[in-house]
Amino acid sequence: MKRFAPAVLALALSLPGAALAAGDAAHPEQRSWSWDGLFGTYDREQLRRGLEIFTLQCVNCHGLKYIRFRNLTEIGLGADEAQAIAGQYEVAGDPDEWGDPTVKPAELHHPFPDPYRNEAEARALNNGGLPPDLSLMAKARADGSNYIAALLSDPGYNEGDPDESGLYRNPYFPGGWTAMAPPLWDDMLGDGATVEQEAEDIAAFLTWAAEPRMEDRKSLGLKVVLFLLALTGLLYVCKRKIWAKVDH
Amino acid sequence: MAEHELVAPEETRRDFLYVATGAVAAVGAAHAAWPFIDQMNPAADVLALSSIEVDLSPIEPGQQITVKWRAKPVFIRHRTEADIAEARAAPLDDLKDPEADEERAPRPEWLIMVGVCTHLGCIPLADQGEFGGWFCPCHGSHYDTSGRIRKGPAPENLTVPDYVFVDDTTVAIG
Amino acid sequence: MEGFLNNGLVRWFDSRLPVFSYVNEHLVVYPAPRNLNYAWNFGSLAGLALMIQIATGIVLAMHYTPHVDTAFDSVEHIMRDVNYGWYFRYMHANGASFFFIVVYLHVFRGLYYGSYKAPREVLWWIGLAILLAMMGTAFMGYVLPWGQMSFWAATVITKLFGAIPWVGESVVNWLWGGEGIDNPTLNRFYALHFLLPFAIVGLVVLHLWALHHKKSNNPLGIDYKGPQDFIPFHPYYTIKDAFGAGVFLIVFSIFLFYAPNYMGHPDNYIPADPLKTPPHIVPEWYFLPFYAILRAVPGKLDGVIVMGLSIGILFLLPWLDTSRVRSATFRPVFRWFYWILVLDIVVLGFCGANPPEGAWIDIGRAATAYYFVHFLILLPLIGWFERPLPLPDSIAKPVLSGGPAPAAAIARDKARGERR
Repeated sequence: MKRFAPAVLALALSLPGAALAAGDAAHPEQRSWSWDGLFGTYDREQLRRGLEIFTLQCVNCHGLKYIRFRNLTEIGLGADEAQAIAGQYEVAGDPDEWGDPTVKPAELHHPFPDPYRNEAEARALNNGGLPPDLSLMAKARADGSNYIAALLSDPGYNEGDPDESGLYRNPYFPGGWTAMAPPLWDDMLGDGATVEQEAEDIAAFLTWAAEPRMEDRKSLGLKVVLFLLALTGLLYVCKRKIWAKVDH
Repeated sequence: MAEHELVAPEETRRDFLYVATGAVAAVGAAHAAWPFIDQMNPAADVLALSSIEVDLSPIEPGQQITVKWRAKPVFIRHRTEADIAEARAAPLDDLKDPEADEERAPRPEWLIMVGVCTHLGCIPLADQGEFGGWFCPCHGSHYDTSGRIRKGPAPENLTVPDYVFVDDTTVAIG
Repeated sequence: MEGFLNNGLVRWFDSRLPVFSYVNEHLVVYPAPRNLNYAWNFGSLAGLALMIQIATGIVLAMHYTPHVDTAFDSVEHIMRDVNYGWYFRYMHANGASFFFIVVYLHVFRGLYYGSYKAPREVLWWIGLAILLAMMGTAFMGYVLPWGQMSFWAATVITKLFGAIPWVGESVVNWLWGGEGIDNPTLNRFYALHFLLPFAIVGLVVLHLWALHHKKSNNPLGIDYKGPQDFIPFHPYYTIKDAFGAGVFLIVFSIFLFYAPNYMGHPDNYIPADPLKTPPHIVPEWYFLPFYAILRAVPGKLDGVIVMGLSIGILFLLPWLDTSRVRSATFRPVFRWFYWILVLDIVVLGFCGANPPEGAWIDIGRAATAYYFVHFLILLPLIGWFERPLPLPDSIAKPVLSGGPAPAAAIARDKARGERR
């Protein structure tokens, strides 16, 4: 299990993520993503396709509690479109005059609601499995974006039948068996996309969901690093100049 | 360290290089300070919770409810005819902060305002004071049935927030 | 500074509270050896890292809630909603790693140049106390996000105290504030994580006090012979430290902005689950060598004791190293064993990162044994038998007149400087 390389190696190699591949499960194939590299950004169209697949399929079993409907405006939806998606979900309202619970349509400031009332219901409806919240999935697994895409698109998984206990074989899933039936099929959205493409769109959407401030981070980073290079260069020249006065 | 043979910087010419480096460093420090300040501004989730809808149907004339909006109390008062008449009868010249009741309550039976005394932030009590409206117990400000300051130290009328009537019995505040 | 100190207002204030002359004494005219190399930058960088941690930590404390139900959520709230929240959180998380990087380099510099030797033993002890306080702070800070690694690191480390004979279990329950790790544990770790950095600041003040009392060591490891050995701290070392800080911040920024989770663990983005241990738990990288020593020793109590001793013997280092020569520059045999020790500690780090299976068990044991052999056997023997190279007469002499090995490099630099 090369789960974690010491920093000596880390600093020497400076290859993020390479040392973090999962052990007993298959290593996901390395894909190229729009957000790779120093200047990479999210592909908003891909994120919106991912969102569509998510709201069509994933949301039936998985929560996405750290994404609020207002966040969808960050991937190019209008406030009215985001509100329209929010309106399809119910959240708890104020108690009525008798003190009984009520429900109301979700608003922009609400998160994607969890599809189950509690863990017991989730397990009862999922063959004993507990579908995890997906908000952070892309960061909670080693090499998360590639992992999600590989897990969802694996041909053996998509074509395979469940075993007698209802589990599906998936080489990328830790332990090799998952209670999740293959969720994707060709042309889900009517745009002719393959399962492979859909898996990447979902992986992209979930990567954004896990790290929505990545673009801010990279653009600020560029300014900071360039500034520090200039300042450090000046400091070095000053240092040379000051030390020229003394033998050392 | 008087004994060392080296020149201290004060004795050398402060040339352009040092000034430029110092200036660049100062610009960097100023920029680095901004995130420390900005992080205390309202966060995105706080800003997003900015509007509420309130059902007005259970409020009888003469009654008032208080709802919480943006961490503050909002008074929603179903005014009686007498309240409205009294508010509209008051001559604007008598007011410290002249404002017509028609502007403060476009639907005269509904007076909606932030329940925070404009003096120092206490919550005024309803149906008290010399003008039949609100009275702030902290420092003795009297407000009339339109929530306007009539007596006491408060400088302004109670604030009317932005609101719209979604329908006859529902108001959206914010 | 002298002009400033002669200002009437400044003199008035300074005669009542001598802050200005204090700063003048310690940061301006403080006599520093004229020959310090870049290895001497890590002390000021550690100070910078400490300040970054305190500043960002206070920001995070404004938005974090230390409760098992909300801790994880509040960290995500910081990452998503708080203005620049991601910046502060990533800076704090990576800052911890960078703090350890510069402190470890600072320690290894001290080991190489014999900075722990008389008359700087107390300075060395305070440094070790700072290291221990940092370890405690880092450990408790890692628990606060309340992810899976947080929870299980807290479990494993607090359980170490269970090895104490007779009272172990009571001590563990006392640490936890219950029968297991739960809200009381999180709350007290938060309180202590906030407190300890200020204790570190206090220790740093003592560290600098001891340093300035006995003055800095230097790459030649010899004592001052006269004023020609010194240069004033300002501007020579202020500018050199500033340049070093710039380099440090560039490297730090690259991690902070472009690989912020590189030194973290994915499992800590899974909320803590007291019912499920992750398949492979590893500590943060800066604890790996100690973790390897812990696991190398069979028997819980023995492992804990040996791990404690691995730092404990460092307190005796001034006496275990019997050589009167400080700098490894003049110690041809020690120099070899110094680098073997560095390699040994790196190997221990790898052992800590890998599960205790197969060859890693034997490698870990051998590396642990060597670590102690180095300090307890080799170091005293080398000091007795090694024949050190001749020492220069003074710090200034090799600089000003050209002398043995280091002077050659200096002469080269000098020539380069003159050509310019």
